[in-house]
Order: sequence, then C-alpha cells, then structure tokens
Amino acid sequence: MNDKKFSSSSYFQTIQDKKIIGSKCVDCGAVHLPPREICATCLSENMEEVSFSGKGELAAYSVIYVPPTAMIEAGFGRDNPNVAGIVKLVEGPMISAQIVGLDTKNPAEIKIGTPLKATFVERGDRVFLAFEA
Amino acid sequence: MRKSRKLNRGVAVVGVGMSNFGAFPGMSSRDLFVDAFKEMRTSVDKGFDPKEIEAFYLGNFSGDLFEGQAHQAPMLADWVGLSPIPAARLEGACASASVAFREGLLGIASGMYDMVMVGGVEKMTDLHISKVTDALATAADITYEVSAGFTFPGFYASMASAYMHQYGATPETFMRVGIKNHENGALNKKAQFGARIPDLMEAKKTKALQKGKPIPTWKDEIEFLSDDRANPLIAWPMRLFDCSPVSDGGVALLLVSEEIAHQFSDDPIYVIGSGSASAGALHSRPSLTSIPSAKLAAQNAYEMANVTAKDIDLAEVHDCFTIAEIIATEDLGFFDAGKGGIAAEEGLTSRQGPQPINTSGGLKSKGHPVGASGAGQIVEIWKQLRGQAGERQLDKSPRLGLTHNVGGTGQTCNVHIFERR
Repeated sequence: MNDKKFSSSSYFQTIQDKKIIGSKCVDCGAVHLPPREICATCLSENMEEVSFSGKGELAAYSVIYVPPTAMIEAGFGRDNPNVAGIVKLVEGPMISAQIVGLDTKNPAEIKIGTPLKATFVERGDRVFLAFEA
Repeated sequence: MRKSRKLNRGVAVVGVGMSNFGAFPGMSSRDLFVDAFKEMRTSVDKGFDPKEIEAFYLGNFSGDLFEGQAHQAPMLADWVGLSPIPAARLEGACASASVAFREGLLGIASGMYDMVMVGGVEKMTDLHISKVTDALATAADITYEVSAGFTFPGFYASMASAYMHQYGATPETFMRVGIKNHENGALNKKAQFGARIPDLMEAKKTKALQKGKPIPTWKDEIEFLSDDRANPLIAWPMRLFDCSPVSDGGVALLLVSEEIAHQFSDDPIYVIGSGSASAGALHSRPSLTSIPSAKLAAQNAYEMANVTAKDIDLAEVHDCFTIAEIIATEDLGFFDAGKGGIAAEEGLTSRQGPQPINTSGGLKSKGHPVGASGAGQIVEIWKQLRGQAGERQLDKSPRLGLTHNVGGTGQTCNVHIFERR
C-alpha cells in the first residue's frame, strides 16, 4: 500500500474519482501536475494539494496510426487513429493526454491553441484523464 | 557550482569497427558484436594486442525486452576473449552507446586506464513490430506519457506539430531531410536502407509493371512521399519515410590515452569535447521545438573543446525522425531556431553544402539499432576525419567532427567533438 500524499498512486486514485489534483509548493508557489513530493523549482518538500480546473489549450499533438498495445486493445489503429497531445493547462503546467472529439480525417486542420477541457475516459478497468475540444 | 569542465588528460580513438546495420534473422547481439570487434581489430593502423584492453563499456538499451537477454557486457567481453576485464552495460535508451563512450572517455582521462573498448549493440528485429513499439516506449515515462497513447513516432510528431505551428514548416520540410539522408546512405555499404528515394520510386514502378498493375505517376520525390499508399502515415505528420527503421547492429571502438596514441595509429582522432545532460518528460519542458539537454550538452562540449558551432566541419546527429534532425541542427547552433527546416530545404546540410549533416545516411537510412547508434555515429566521424569514407568522403578535408546522440525525446543527450591533428 502506497500511502504517500503525492505519488502516481495518489494521482491515479484521484483520476479514478474524476478529479485532477496536483501539488503546489508552499515555499515558491510552483504548481505541479502530476503531483510531486519535491518541488522541481526550489526543491522544497513543503507541498500542498491543489485542484486543477481542467481547462487548457492544445500545445502539440499527433494523430497516431500505429498505436501502443494498450490503445490497440482499446480499439484504436490504422482505421481509427488515436490522438495524443500535450495540453497547456490554465494553471501553468503542461501534461500529456489523450485528446478526444477531434476530426482525425483531417489532421492538418487540427489547430495548436485549440481550447480544451478535461474529460475522463475508461480504458480496460481504469479511468484516464483526457481532453476534448 | 563549476561550469566549465575539462579532461584530466587527452584521449584518442585509434580503432573502429561496425557490423552491417539491417534486419538479420538468426544473428544475435553476440554475432553482431563479434563482427564489429573483428573489424575494429583490423582498423588499428599499427595493430594492438586485445589483451591490453583494460575495461569494456557497452551501450545496450534493452536486450532484456528485445532478446530476453540482459547483462550482455561480460558475455560479449568473454566472447571476444577479454574476460576477466571489468565489463559494464550502460543504458541511456537510444543514447546508450554515447553514455558508454563517455564512461570510457572518463576512464582514460581520469588516469585509471590507458586502453578501453567501447561498444554498442542492439538486436531489435526478432520481436513483432507492435512489441518493438512497446519496448521503445519504455524509454519514455510509461506512467505519465505513454499512458496518454503516445508512441515514439507520436512524441516526435508532436514536436513536429509544434514546429510547424511556430515556424511555418510543412511536411515537405521534413521529407527533404529523408531524401538527403537516403542520398548519403546509398553510398554506405553498411546501411540498412541504402537506396536513393528516386531509385526506390523506379523500383516500385518496375514492380507494378511486372505485376500488371497501374504504374504510379509521381512527378517527383515529394509527390511520392506524400502518397498515403507508398508512404503511409505512422503518426501525423510523420510518415514511414520520416522514421528511422527497426534495426540490428553492433559497433566496437578502441580508445587510448593521448600519450600512447601514436603507438597504435598513424592518424589518431582526438576527443576534445564531451557534454552530457538530462531532462524530464517532453511535456515538462518550456519549449516543444527544442531539446534542452541537447543545447546544454552542446554548450558544454563546445566549451571543453574551445570551439564554436561555426568551427564544426561535419556532424552526425540523432535523426531518429526527420523532425529530430532539424531540431538537432538548431540546438547545436548550426542554424538559428526556426531556420533548420529552411536549411534542410535549401540543401545546406547535404554533402555538398556548407554544413554537412549525417554523411553516413544517419539513423534514417543507415539504420537505428538503438544501443549501437551513438557508437555508429563515431565510426562515421572517424572515417571522414581520416579521409576514409569512400564514395561519401567530404572534399574539404574535415578537421572537426561532432556527434549528437539523444535518448528518448531528450531525457538523455550526449555531444562529443572529435579532432584530426
């Protein structure tokens, strides 16, 4: 049992509950998502929980025609490509996430900077954070 | 904190050997490395006694996943007759061999050893391609990056999407890099895909004719490379010919201290700069169109060598994807940010251009056996500096060469600078 306040276990547990919880450095104010125990900016260990709004914009993306096994098992592939992206959140951090609801027939038409909001998708028996336009 | 670093004594590369790069059913890492070792032995101008090798550093990303075989350094040392010398495997994903090279360099520069062997090996083609994709993905953050559905082509494709948005590049910009690297690789007998794109187009037309199928009517390379059937999308905007292949290959290098270099070689190649840096996940970085570890490793290597980007005659850079070469040429300072794509389009990085990049064919055409690739880059620089690169030899008698080897999307980057005196 991992009872750390900020860990991949804590992060994915909050995602299962459809909440986005990161960590904020009490000393320097830097905000981290996924949450970290040690501030990457000032190395302080004085961290508190911070809730994210789930709002952001698309910073980079790819429409993936040869997906990893986990996505193949979720039904993605050449004829149904998945979109993986990097999302810049309004709170500052960027995060990697699946992007849903985009027109994958015209990948060149997807716009960097598209406003996105968080959504939660189920793959297998787990819930993952994703974003939709 | 100390900013500038130097080697305690000079180090030279006096021998290099490389197996063919490609897909070789039935050939194990062991067989590939033995080929490299045998060639390295014969490459030393004045000969040497392998029993004088004091230590072995091997780059190998994941024999564990690719072959079900970890711990290959002592095994390979034994197989070439070098037991019981110290033998260690170093892992830095696709930069494993340059991590090993740097350790070998430090081993001699520190005074601990006078002669070491550095190797790199990877045997990737035994696994089904989907398993290869998964194995390579372990070089990224499985928990926070790959869970988003990313693959390695996907990561670099995302960087390409940001680059296109920021600088106005198009998929054609990336294609120009592939066309150039295939031109170079066609002159490299050890290359996995050593064929020019126009020749591949002709071959496909001939095949269509033989099979009685409609003959394709591509008007040029760009039209061919934009054809979804001839060049399928892997991760938009990266297509098949934007991606380095899955490869098998091995490399062996012989390093000695500068003091004794002329005992072994008429023309030693000196290592005058070494820079190494790390970084977090792609999404954690301030820029998605530059690799911070590459910029820092380059800066450190230039400082140690007391040279600048302008002094470098040729470079082998980590073109695992075409976009990666463009970003590399900017991070290394050959071109300003956003200008690397234009430089590629204008042919500035061709063998005839002012800043030749990847004369070997690069990972794109030569092949990318991930744990060996960084050492393979050094083989090319060594040959070019010594005037031994055959048909692809640069005319201008290069004196300074650079290697740029990236692990993951830049979680690791090593830059080395080599000098012919």
